[in-house]
Amino acid sequence: MSAGERAHDDRLLLDVRGLTVRFPTPDGVVQAVSDVSFQLHRGETLGVVGESGSGKSVSNLAIMGLLNRTRTVISGEVDFKGRNLLTWSSDELRKVRGKEIAMVFQDPFACLHPMYRVGAQIAEAVTAHSDIGNSRAWARAIELLDHVGIPNAKSRARDYPHQFSGGMRQRAMIAMALVHNPDILICDEPTTALDVTVQAQILELIEGVKREFDIGVILVTHDLGVVAETANSVMVMYAGRIMEYGPAFDIFSRPQHPYTWGLLDSMPSIDRRLEALVPIEGSPPSLLTPPSGCPFHPRCPYRFEPCATKLPPLEAPTAEAHLDACWLPWDKKVELGTQRAKKVAA
Amino acid sequence: MIFYIARRLVWTIVVVLCVIGITYVVFFKLPAGNPALRFAGKAPTQQELHEIEHRLGLDRPWYVQFGKFAYHFFRGDQYGWPGLGYTYASGASVKSLIVNRAPRTLFLIAGAAVLWLFSGVAIGVISAVKRRTVTDRVAMGFALFGISTPVFWLGLMMLYIFWRQLGWAGGAGYVSPTSDLTGFFSHMILPWITLAMLYSAFYARMTRNNLLETLGEDYIRTARAKGLTERRVILKHGLRASLTPIVTMFGMDIALLVGGAVITESVFNLQGLGYLAINSALTQDLPIVAGVVLLAAVAVAVMNLVVDILYAFLDPRVRYA
Ligand SMILES: Nc1ncnc2c1ncn2[C@@H]1O[C@H](COP(=O)(O)OP(=O)(O)OP(=O)(O)O)[C@@H](O)[C@H]1O
Ligand SMILES: [Mg+2]
Repeated sequence: MSAGERAHDDRLLLDVRGLTVRFPTPDGVVQAVSDVSFQLHRGETLGVVGESGSGKSVSNLAIMGLLNRTRTVISGEVDFKGRNLLTWSSDELRKVRGKEIAMVFQDPFACLHPMYRVGAQIAEAVTAHSDIGNSRAWARAIELLDHVGIPNAKSRARDYPHQFSGGMRQRAMIAMALVHNPDILICDEPTTALDVTVQAQILELIEGVKREFDIGVILVTHDLGVVAETANSVMVMYAGRIMEYGPAFDIFSRPQHPYTWGLLDSMPSIDRRLEALVPIEGSPPSLLTPPSGCPFHPRCPYRFEPCATKLPPLEAPTAEAHLDACWLPWDKKVELGTQRAKKVAA
Repeated sequence: MIFYIARRLVWTIVVVLCVIGITYVVFFKLPAGNPALRFAGKAPTQQELHEIEHRLGLDRPWYVQFGKFAYHFFRGDQYGWPGLGYTYASGASVKSLIVNRAPRTLFLIAGAAVLWLFSGVAIGVISAVKRRTVTDRVAMGFALFGISTPVFWLGLMMLYIFWRQLGWAGGAGYVSPTSDLTGFFSHMILPWITLAMLYSAFYARMTRNNLLETLGEDYIRTARAKGLTERRVILKHGLRASLTPIVTMFGMDIALLVGGAVITESVFNLQGLGYLAINSALTQDLPIVAGVVLLAAVAVAVMNLVVDILYAFLDPRVRYA
């Protein structure tokens, strides 16, 4: 192992291998996440994209230990600083939550308790993992609110959530997540519920926090534009599986998977007019009875003989390519990819 | 906030006025026959009747009679405040009768309310936390039993088992706490449990359902994501949000029992307010019935006000709206 690789490994925070999450329900077993593997390093923002129901939230909740253990079956490995979180007791996990791994959720309107003051909710996050007194916890809450850009933090800390705007609430959520300087910040669609202008501010805040504290960020979103702006690496999920995974620049400049092409072509952008949008035909499959073979094949315009029967592995087709899970031969992917790129440019 | 309370206060006064009006009409205008006749005793002369009618104010127009009735209620009469008149039967003041009986009912309600609030909420929380386990089934079985058991049957069974057979508790009848404190408790414990059973069952169910709903909220997930202990998540974050409707119901239930604990009062021969009203209705002593009904209705109206104000304190979204 070279010195360079070693240094790289020291910055490894999270090593997820073969994460699978099943929900036994009265109708059958819902396999929400299947064989998901990825890594997260310090200073890295991992963008996770995919349509609704593709298992983005569930995989993060599994990492956080927030899925009800009696009603879910989780397998695989989630190595955090060298130890597998999935084997920890719920009390050990609790001590990691909010301290070393923190999470910000989608809907800031619903995520703060309506009956407690914003400052008190943040102070509670402080005292959850340290023995300091209430007044010092409160001071820390004010300091953090100020840090995430809440004006008059001292008096606003005494407000109730309904007195905050959506953007301010999300800032408060981020403040709450930062209380113990976590190593990993998981943001599950942190901007979906917010105005466009506020979205940009929140993303900026998250980026700033990442750089300042040198942490790893998992950024879940529907919005490829958000990913393009902030992520270092991107994971494209579909029906609980990873379809494509690699450095952000590669994913956007040379996407390899038909599903990613579909996502990109259905994404509005400044230089693409609305009529140029091509939605992906059909809808995601039921996770109760997933299709055989590649889960995307019923909607894939390029499907051929092996797709319906055999599951494609997540592999790099050539040394210089990134990972994808698709049976198309490499030259075919290159050909279709360049055709697509030309069409977009035109 | 001041405005909110003021508005509620005005509304309460309006309700009380309506209640007085309805009580007056129902008890003094609608009943057939001349009240003076009931008051006068056997075979009065025409002269005596006129005198009584004059004394009762029955010879004045109805609005004057009603005005006096309402005026007495708010400002008091010769027996003090609130003026409720005197009884047909003995000519004693209704107020003194009620003051005499009220402690029995209030002690009954207070003890039972403490019991059912704590047991109901506790059972509900346990059952929600242990959802779909044996504990949950047993708790909800108890709730079903409590809700579907007739109070008189339960009361009689209690008396039979714990007084007659086991001798653990005192029997029927009321013992004043000032004269014999142990006797008071030993006689009250069975009525308390009997009355609390039904409500405890309701509260257990309501707490369980509210809490289960609350535990599905996003802010509960946030609380867990902070790394709080499960105990704190449920008791501080979950219960706090489920408590508002319970407090509201608690206030109303207590108020409704002021005149509505009749069955328990009768089974245990406590001779409280409800019992007084029923008995007086049987002897057609309408001023007493009217007095109790009025008091019970005012209790509901006032409790409504209290609950509304409490609600604002419990839920900041109301307070700052
Ligand atoms: N407790 C559960 N029981 C059964 N199925 C569940 C449960 N939680 C999630 N699922 C299913 O798992 C699948 C993945 O859900 P998940 O919330 O991870 O999707 P997502 O990618 O986050 O979607 P979105 O973009 O809408 O947030 C969904 O089909 C959902 O119905
Ligand atoms: Mg989601």
